[in-house]
Amino acid sequence: MSLVDALPPWAAVLVGVLVLLGAGFACVGSLGLLRLRDFYQRVHAPTLGSTLGTFFMVAACVAGFSLAQGRPALQVLLIGVFLTLTTPITLMLLVRAALYRDRVEDGQQMPPPAPPGESSQNPMP
Amino acid sequence: MSHAFLGAALVIAQLLLVLGMACALLRMLRGPRAQDRVLALDAFYVNAMLLLLAVGLRSDSVLYVESAMIIALLGFAGTLAFAKFLLRGEVIE
Amino acid sequence: MRRWLPHPLMAGFLLLVWLLLQRSLAPGSWLLGGALALGLAWAFGKLQPPRARLRGAWRLLPLALRVVHDIVRSNLAVAGVVLGPRRRARAGFVAIPLELADPYGLALLACIVTSTPGTIWVDHDPARGILLIHVLDLVDEASWVETIKRRYERPLLEVFQ
Repeated sequence: MSLVDALPPWAAVLVGVLVLLGAGFACVGSLGLLRLRDFYQRVHAPTLGSTLGTFFMVAACVAGFSLAQGRPALQVLLIGVFLTLTTPITLMLLVRAALYRDRVEDGQQMPPPAPPGESSQNPMP
Repeated sequence: MSHAFLGAALVIAQLLLVLGMACALLRMLRGPRAQDRVLALDAFYVNAMLLLLAVGLRSDSVLYVESAMIIALLGFAGTLAFAKFLLRGEVIE
Repeated sequence: MRRWLPHPLMAGFLLLVWLLLQRSLAPGSWLLGGALALGLAWAFGKLQPPRARLRGAWRLLPLALRVVHDIVRSNLAVAGVVLGPRRRARAGFVAIPLELADPYGLALLACIVTSTPGTIWVDHDPARGILLIHVLDLVDEASWVETIKRRYERPLLEVFQ
Protein backbone atom coordinates (compact mmCIF):
# COMPACT_ATOMS: atom_id res chain seq x y z
CA MET A 1 0.00 0.00 0.00
CA SER A 2 1.49 3.28 -1.04
CA LEU A 3 1.48 6.59 0.73
CA VAL A 4 -1.13 7.94 -1.66
CA ASP A 5 -3.67 5.32 -0.57
CA ALA A 6 -2.80 5.47 3.12
CA LEU A 7 -3.83 9.11 3.48
CA PRO A 8 -7.34 10.13 4.48
CA PRO A 9 -9.13 11.95 1.64
CA TRP A 10 -8.84 15.47 3.08
CA ALA A 11 -5.10 14.96 3.63
CA ALA A 12 -4.66 13.68 0.09
CA VAL A 13 -6.18 16.89 -1.26
CA LEU A 14 -4.07 19.03 1.08
CA VAL A 15 -0.81 17.29 0.14
CA GLY A 16 -1.71 17.45 -3.54
CA VAL A 17 -2.34 21.20 -3.43
CA LEU A 18 0.91 21.82 -1.49
CA VAL A 19 2.93 19.72 -3.95
CA LEU A 20 1.45 21.57 -6.93
CA LEU A 21 2.13 24.98 -5.36
CA GLY A 22 5.71 24.08 -4.51
CA ALA A 23 6.52 22.68 -7.93
CA GLY A 24 4.75 25.62 -9.58
CA PHE A 25 6.82 28.25 -7.79
CA ALA A 26 10.05 26.35 -8.47
CA CYS A 27 9.15 26.00 -12.14
CA VAL A 28 8.28 29.69 -12.55
CA GLY A 29 11.57 30.58 -10.88
CA SER A 30 13.55 28.45 -13.33
CA LEU A 31 11.51 29.85 -16.22
CA GLY A 32 12.68 33.27 -15.09
CA LEU A 33 16.25 32.13 -15.74
CA LEU A 34 15.33 31.90 -19.42
CA ARG A 35 12.97 34.84 -19.75
CA LEU A 36 14.74 37.67 -17.91
CA ARG A 37 17.22 39.70 -19.85
CA ASP A 38 20.55 40.05 -18.05
CA PHE A 39 22.40 38.44 -15.20
CA TYR A 40 21.41 40.94 -12.52
CA GLN A 41 17.74 40.36 -13.32
CA ARG A 42 18.09 36.61 -13.60
CA VAL A 43 19.70 36.36 -10.18
CA HIS A 44 16.31 37.16 -8.62
CA ALA A 45 14.47 34.29 -10.28
CA PRO A 46 15.75 31.13 -8.54
CA THR A 47 14.93 32.64 -5.15
CA LEU A 48 11.31 31.67 -5.87
CA GLY A 49 12.24 28.00 -5.88
CA SER A 50 14.33 28.22 -2.74
CA THR A 51 11.80 30.19 -0.67
CA LEU A 52 8.14 29.42 -1.35
CA GLY A 53 8.85 26.48 -3.67
CA THR A 54 10.82 24.70 -0.98
CA PHE A 55 8.42 25.80 1.75
CA PHE A 56 5.36 24.24 0.08
CA MET A 57 7.24 21.09 -0.88
CA VAL A 58 8.60 20.62 2.64
CA ALA A 59 5.14 21.25 4.09
CA ALA A 60 3.71 18.62 1.73
CA CYS A 61 6.36 16.10 2.82
CA VAL A 62 5.87 16.76 6.53
CA ALA A 63 2.08 16.44 6.20
CA GLY A 64 2.21 13.44 3.86
CA PHE A 65 4.80 11.32 5.67
CA SER A 66 3.51 12.17 9.16
CA LEU A 67 -0.13 11.36 8.38
CA ALA A 68 0.66 8.24 6.35
CA GLN A 69 3.16 6.70 8.74
CA GLY A 70 1.47 7.78 11.94
CA ARG A 71 4.57 9.38 13.45
CA PRO A 72 6.00 12.85 12.90
CA ALA A 73 8.45 13.13 10.00
CA LEU A 74 10.06 16.39 11.01
CA GLN A 75 13.50 15.75 9.54
CA VAL A 76 12.23 17.20 6.26
CA LEU A 77 12.13 20.57 8.03
CA LEU A 78 15.93 20.45 8.18
CA ILE A 79 16.06 20.79 4.39
CA GLY A 80 14.11 24.03 4.70
CA VAL A 81 16.42 25.29 7.45
CA PHE A 82 19.58 24.44 5.49
CA LEU A 83 18.27 26.01 2.31
CA THR A 84 17.15 29.22 4.04
CA LEU A 85 20.58 29.55 5.62
CA THR A 86 22.60 28.74 2.51
CA THR A 87 20.77 30.35 -0.42
CA PRO A 88 21.43 33.98 0.61
CA ILE A 89 25.13 33.24 1.04
CA THR A 90 25.39 31.63 -2.40
CA LEU A 91 23.50 34.39 -4.19
CA MET A 92 25.37 37.20 -2.43
CA LEU A 93 28.74 35.71 -3.30
CA LEU A 94 27.64 35.12 -6.88
CA VAL A 95 26.45 38.71 -7.33
CA ARG A 96 29.66 40.02 -5.83
CA ALA A 97 31.65 37.82 -8.21
CA ALA A 98 29.62 39.08 -11.17
CA LEU A 99 30.05 42.70 -10.12
CA TYR A 100 33.76 42.19 -9.62
CA ARG A 101 34.15 40.65 -13.07
CA ASP A 102 32.09 43.39 -14.70
CA ARG A 103 34.10 46.11 -13.03
CA VAL A 104 37.42 44.51 -13.90
CA GLU A 105 36.71 43.34 -17.43
CA ASP A 106 34.83 45.93 -19.36
CA GLY A 107 32.65 48.10 -17.17
CA GLN A 108 29.64 47.65 -19.49
CA GLN A 109 26.54 47.32 -17.21
CA MET A 110 27.06 50.68 -15.43
CA PRO A 111 29.10 49.47 -12.46
CA PRO A 112 27.59 51.38 -9.55
CA PRO A 113 29.61 53.78 -7.41
CA ALA A 114 32.78 51.85 -6.78
CA PRO A 115 33.93 52.04 -3.18
CA PRO A 116 37.41 53.50 -2.88
CA GLY A 117 40.01 50.74 -2.91
CA GLU A 118 39.20 47.38 -1.42
CA SER A 119 37.36 48.66 1.61
CA SER A 120 34.27 46.51 1.08
CA GLN A 121 34.04 43.21 2.84
CA ASN A 122 31.62 40.40 3.28
CA PRO A 123 29.29 40.99 6.24
CA MET A 124 28.78 37.28 6.85
CA PRO A 125 30.83 36.33 9.92
CA MET B 1 -11.43 10.68 -6.07
CA SER B 2 -9.13 12.66 -3.82
CA HIS B 3 -6.52 9.96 -4.09
CA ALA B 4 -6.63 10.17 -7.85
CA PHE B 5 -6.14 13.92 -7.45
CA LEU B 6 -3.03 13.40 -5.30
CA GLY B 7 -1.63 10.90 -7.79
CA ALA B 8 -2.17 13.30 -10.67
CA ALA B 9 -0.79 16.22 -8.64
CA LEU B 10 2.41 14.29 -7.95
CA VAL B 11 2.86 13.45 -11.62
CA ILE B 12 2.21 17.06 -12.69
CA ALA B 13 4.57 18.36 -10.01
CA GLN B 14 7.31 16.06 -11.24
CA LEU B 15 6.76 17.24 -14.81
CA LEU B 16 6.90 20.89 -13.68
CA LEU B 17 10.14 20.28 -11.79
CA VAL B 18 11.69 18.49 -14.77
CA LEU B 19 10.64 21.46 -16.91
CA GLY B 20 12.36 23.75 -14.39
CA MET B 21 15.50 21.62 -14.58
CA ALA B 22 15.36 21.80 -18.37
CA CYS B 23 15.16 25.63 -18.21
CA ALA B 24 18.15 25.73 -15.89
CA LEU B 25 20.06 23.32 -18.13
CA LEU B 26 19.34 25.47 -21.18
CA ARG B 27 20.58 28.57 -19.37
CA MET B 28 23.65 26.63 -18.30
CA LEU B 29 24.42 25.76 -21.93
CA ARG B 30 23.58 29.18 -23.34
CA GLY B 31 25.55 31.20 -20.80
CA PRO B 32 26.48 33.79 -21.96
CA ARG B 33 28.83 34.41 -19.05
CA ALA B 34 30.25 32.15 -16.39
CA GLN B 35 28.11 33.66 -13.61
CA ASP B 36 24.96 32.80 -15.57
CA ARG B 37 26.06 29.20 -15.76
CA VAL B 38 26.82 28.97 -12.05
CA LEU B 39 23.47 30.55 -11.20
CA ALA B 40 21.74 28.03 -13.48
CA LEU B 41 23.60 25.18 -11.79
CA ASP B 42 22.34 26.42 -8.43
CA ALA B 43 18.74 26.51 -9.67
CA PHE B 44 19.25 23.09 -11.26
CA TYR B 45 20.19 21.38 -8.03
CA VAL B 46 17.41 23.05 -6.04
CA ASN B 47 14.91 21.74 -8.59
CA ALA B 48 16.51 18.30 -8.50
CA MET B 49 16.21 18.29 -4.72
CA LEU B 50 12.51 19.19 -4.88
CA LEU B 51 12.04 16.48 -7.51
CA LEU B 52 13.55 13.93 -5.12
CA LEU B 53 11.07 15.03 -2.43
CA ALA B 54 8.19 14.55 -4.87
CA VAL B 55 9.49 11.11 -5.87
CA GLY B 56 9.83 10.25 -2.19
CA LEU B 57 6.20 11.21 -1.54
CA ARG B 58 5.07 9.13 -4.49
CA SER B 59 6.95 6.01 -3.48
CA ASP B 60 6.43 6.46 0.28
CA SER B 61 10.10 6.30 1.16
CA VAL B 62 11.86 8.60 3.60
CA LEU B 63 15.17 7.55 2.07
CA TYR B 64 14.63 10.06 -0.74
CA VAL B 65 14.43 12.81 1.87
CA GLU B 66 17.88 11.90 3.12
CA SER B 67 19.35 12.05 -0.36
CA ALA B 68 17.59 15.38 -0.97
CA MET B 69 19.30 16.69 2.16
CA ILE B 70 22.69 15.56 0.89
CA ILE B 71 22.05 17.25 -2.48
CA ALA B 72 21.07 20.46 -0.71
CA LEU B 73 24.30 20.53 1.30
CA LEU B 74 26.68 19.41 -1.46
CA GLY B 75 25.07 21.73 -3.99
CA PHE B 76 25.60 24.64 -1.62
CA ALA B 77 29.27 23.79 -1.19
CA GLY B 78 29.69 23.37 -4.95
CA THR B 79 28.05 26.66 -5.89
CA LEU B 80 29.99 28.45 -3.19
CA ALA B 81 33.26 27.09 -4.56
CA PHE B 82 32.34 28.16 -8.09
CA ALA B 83 31.36 31.65 -6.95
CA LYS B 84 34.57 31.97 -4.98
CA PHE B 85 36.50 30.86 -8.03
CA LEU B 86 34.78 33.49 -10.17
CA LEU B 87 35.56 36.10 -7.56
CA ARG B 88 39.31 35.57 -7.61
CA GLY B 89 40.04 32.69 -9.95
CA GLU B 90 40.96 33.98 -13.35
CA VAL B 91 41.86 37.60 -12.89
CA ILE B 92 45.46 38.30 -12.06
CA GLU B 93 45.83 40.10 -8.78
CA MET C 1 28.35 26.94 33.31
CA ARG C 2 30.03 29.20 30.76
CA ARG C 3 33.09 27.02 30.96
CA TRP C 4 31.33 23.78 29.98
CA LEU C 5 28.67 25.28 27.76
CA PRO C 6 30.15 28.35 26.09
CA HIS C 7 27.52 28.56 23.34
CA PRO C 8 24.21 27.25 24.70
CA LEU C 9 22.14 28.30 21.66
CA MET C 10 24.57 26.60 19.27
CA ALA C 11 24.62 23.41 21.35
CA GLY C 12 20.84 23.36 21.60
CA PHE C 13 20.48 23.78 17.85
CA LEU C 14 22.94 20.95 17.17
CA LEU C 15 21.12 18.65 19.59
CA LEU C 16 17.82 19.47 17.89
CA VAL C 17 19.30 18.69 14.45
CA TRP C 18 20.62 15.37 15.74
CA LEU C 19 17.29 14.35 17.25
CA LEU C 20 15.45 15.32 14.05
CA LEU C 21 17.85 13.32 11.90
CA GLN C 22 17.57 10.28 14.17
CA ARG C 23 13.77 10.59 14.33
CA SER C 24 13.80 9.25 17.86
CA LEU C 25 13.73 10.51 21.44
CA ALA C 26 15.37 7.38 22.87
CA PRO C 27 17.93 7.90 25.68
CA GLY C 28 20.74 6.81 23.35
CA SER C 29 19.93 9.57 20.87
CA TRP C 30 19.88 12.18 23.64
CA LEU C 31 23.22 10.92 24.99
CA LEU C 32 25.08 10.80 21.68
CA GLY C 33 23.47 14.01 20.43
CA GLY C 34 24.26 15.78 23.68
CA ALA C 35 27.89 14.70 23.54
CA LEU C 36 28.18 15.81 19.91
CA ALA C 37 26.48 19.13 20.64
CA LEU C 38 28.80 19.87 23.58
CA GLY C 39 31.91 18.91 21.62
CA LEU C 40 30.98 20.83 18.49
CA ALA C 41 29.87 23.91 20.44
CA TRP C 42 33.22 23.84 22.22
CA ALA C 43 35.04 23.57 18.88
CA PHE C 44 32.91 26.46 17.59
CA GLY C 45 34.05 28.55 20.54
CA LYS C 46 37.66 27.84 19.59
CA LEU C 47 37.04 29.72 16.33
CA GLN C 48 36.56 32.81 18.51
CA PRO C 49 33.47 34.25 16.84
CA PRO C 50 32.69 37.84 17.89
CA ARG C 51 30.16 37.87 20.73
CA ALA C 52 26.65 38.87 19.79
CA ARG C 53 25.00 41.46 22.01
CA LEU C 54 21.27 40.89 21.87
CA ARG C 55 18.94 43.24 23.69
CA GLY C 56 15.26 42.37 23.69
CA ALA C 57 15.41 39.46 21.27
CA TRP C 58 11.60 39.21 21.38
CA ARG C 59 11.55 42.16 18.99
CA LEU C 60 12.81 39.78 16.31
CA LEU C 61 9.46 37.96 16.36
CA PRO C 62 7.35 40.71 14.74
CA LEU C 63 10.25 41.27 12.35
CA ALA C 64 10.15 37.58 11.37
CA LEU C 65 6.40 37.77 10.71
CA ARG C 66 6.92 40.88 8.62
CA VAL C 67 9.69 39.15 6.63
CA VAL C 68 7.50 36.10 5.95
CA HIS C 69 4.74 38.41 4.75
CA ASP C 70 7.15 40.28 2.48
CA ILE C 71 8.60 37.04 1.09
CA VAL C 72 5.16 35.77 0.11
CA ARG C 73 4.20 39.09 -1.43
CA SER C 74 7.38 39.49 -3.44
CA ASN C 75 7.26 35.85 -4.56
CA LEU C 76 3.98 36.68 -6.25
CA ALA C 77 5.39 39.94 -7.61
CA VAL C 78 8.45 38.26 -9.14
CA ALA C 79 6.29 35.46 -10.55
CA GLY C 80 4.22 38.20 -12.19
CA VAL C 81 7.33 39.78 -13.69
CA VAL C 82 8.54 36.41 -15.03
CA LEU C 83 5.19 35.34 -16.48
CA GLY C 84 4.04 38.78 -17.60
CA PRO C 85 4.74 40.30 -20.99
CA ARG C 86 8.33 41.18 -21.74
CA ARG C 87 8.78 44.83 -21.02
CA ARG C 88 11.45 47.42 -20.71
CA ALA C 89 13.89 46.57 -17.92
CA ARG C 90 13.31 48.55 -14.76
CA ALA C 91 15.91 46.77 -12.68
CA GLY C 92 18.62 48.80 -11.04
CA PHE C 93 20.97 49.35 -8.13
CA VAL C 94 20.01 51.34 -5.04
CA ALA C 95 22.49 52.76 -2.54
CA ILE C 96 21.20 52.95 1.03
CA PRO C 97 22.99 54.70 3.90
CA LEU C 98 22.84 52.41 6.96
CA GLU C 99 23.32 53.17 10.64
CA LEU C 100 23.54 49.48 11.56
CA ALA C 101 27.14 48.38 12.08
CA ASP C 102 26.96 45.23 14.20
CA PRO C 103 28.21 42.25 12.14
CA TYR C 104 25.39 39.95 13.29
CA GLY C 105 22.77 42.58 12.59
CA LEU C 106 24.23 43.14 9.13
CA ALA C 107 24.35 39.39 8.48
CA LEU C 108 20.68 39.10 9.44
CA LEU C 109 19.77 42.07 7.24
CA ALA C 110 21.71 40.49 4.38
CA CYS C 111 19.77 37.25 4.75
CA ILE C 112 16.45 39.12 4.89
CA VAL C 113 17.18 41.25 1.83
CA THR C 114 18.51 38.34 -0.21
CA SER C 115 15.86 35.79 0.74
CA THR C 116 13.18 38.19 -0.40
CA PRO C 117 12.79 37.59 -4.13
CA GLY C 118 13.22 40.77 -6.11
CA THR C 119 15.91 42.31 -3.93
CA ILE C 120 19.47 41.13 -3.46
CA TRP C 121 22.30 42.33 -1.26
CA VAL C 122 25.27 43.32 -3.40
CA ASP C 123 27.83 45.16 -1.36
CA HIS C 124 28.30 46.88 1.97
CA ASP C 125 30.96 49.45 2.61
CA PRO C 126 31.65 49.36 6.36
CA ALA C 127 33.78 52.50 6.26
CA ARG C 128 31.00 54.72 4.93
CA GLY C 129 28.08 52.53 6.00
CA ILE C 130 26.60 52.40 2.53
CA LEU C 131 24.67 49.35 1.41
CA LEU C 132 24.22 48.54 -2.25
CA ILE C 133 21.25 46.39 -3.25
CA HIS C 134 19.87 45.37 -6.61
CA VAL C 135 16.11 45.57 -7.17
CA LEU C 136 14.28 43.74 -9.93
CA ASP C 137 11.26 46.00 -10.18
CA LEU C 138 12.63 49.43 -9.41
CA VAL C 139 9.94 52.08 -9.59
CA ASP C 140 10.95 54.61 -7.00
CA GLU C 141 14.42 54.63 -5.53
CA ALA C 142 13.56 56.75 -2.49
CA SER C 143 10.72 54.47 -1.45
CA TRP C 144 13.09 51.48 -1.41
CA VAL C 145 15.56 53.31 0.81
CA GLU C 146 12.67 54.23 3.10
CA THR C 147 11.30 50.65 3.10
CA ILE C 148 14.58 48.99 4.00
CA LYS C 149 15.41 51.52 6.67
CA ARG C 150 12.01 51.62 8.34
CA ARG C 151 10.82 48.03 7.96
CA TYR C 152 14.06 46.15 8.59
CA GLU C 153 16.84 48.35 9.89
CA ARG C 154 14.97 49.99 12.76
CA PRO C 155 14.04 46.76 14.62
CA LEU C 156 17.53 45.36 13.99
CA LEU C 157 19.08 48.52 15.39
CA GLU C 158 16.99 48.19 18.57
CA VAL C 159 18.06 44.57 19.06
CA PHE C 160 21.72 44.69 18.09
CA GLN C 161 22.95 48.09 19.22
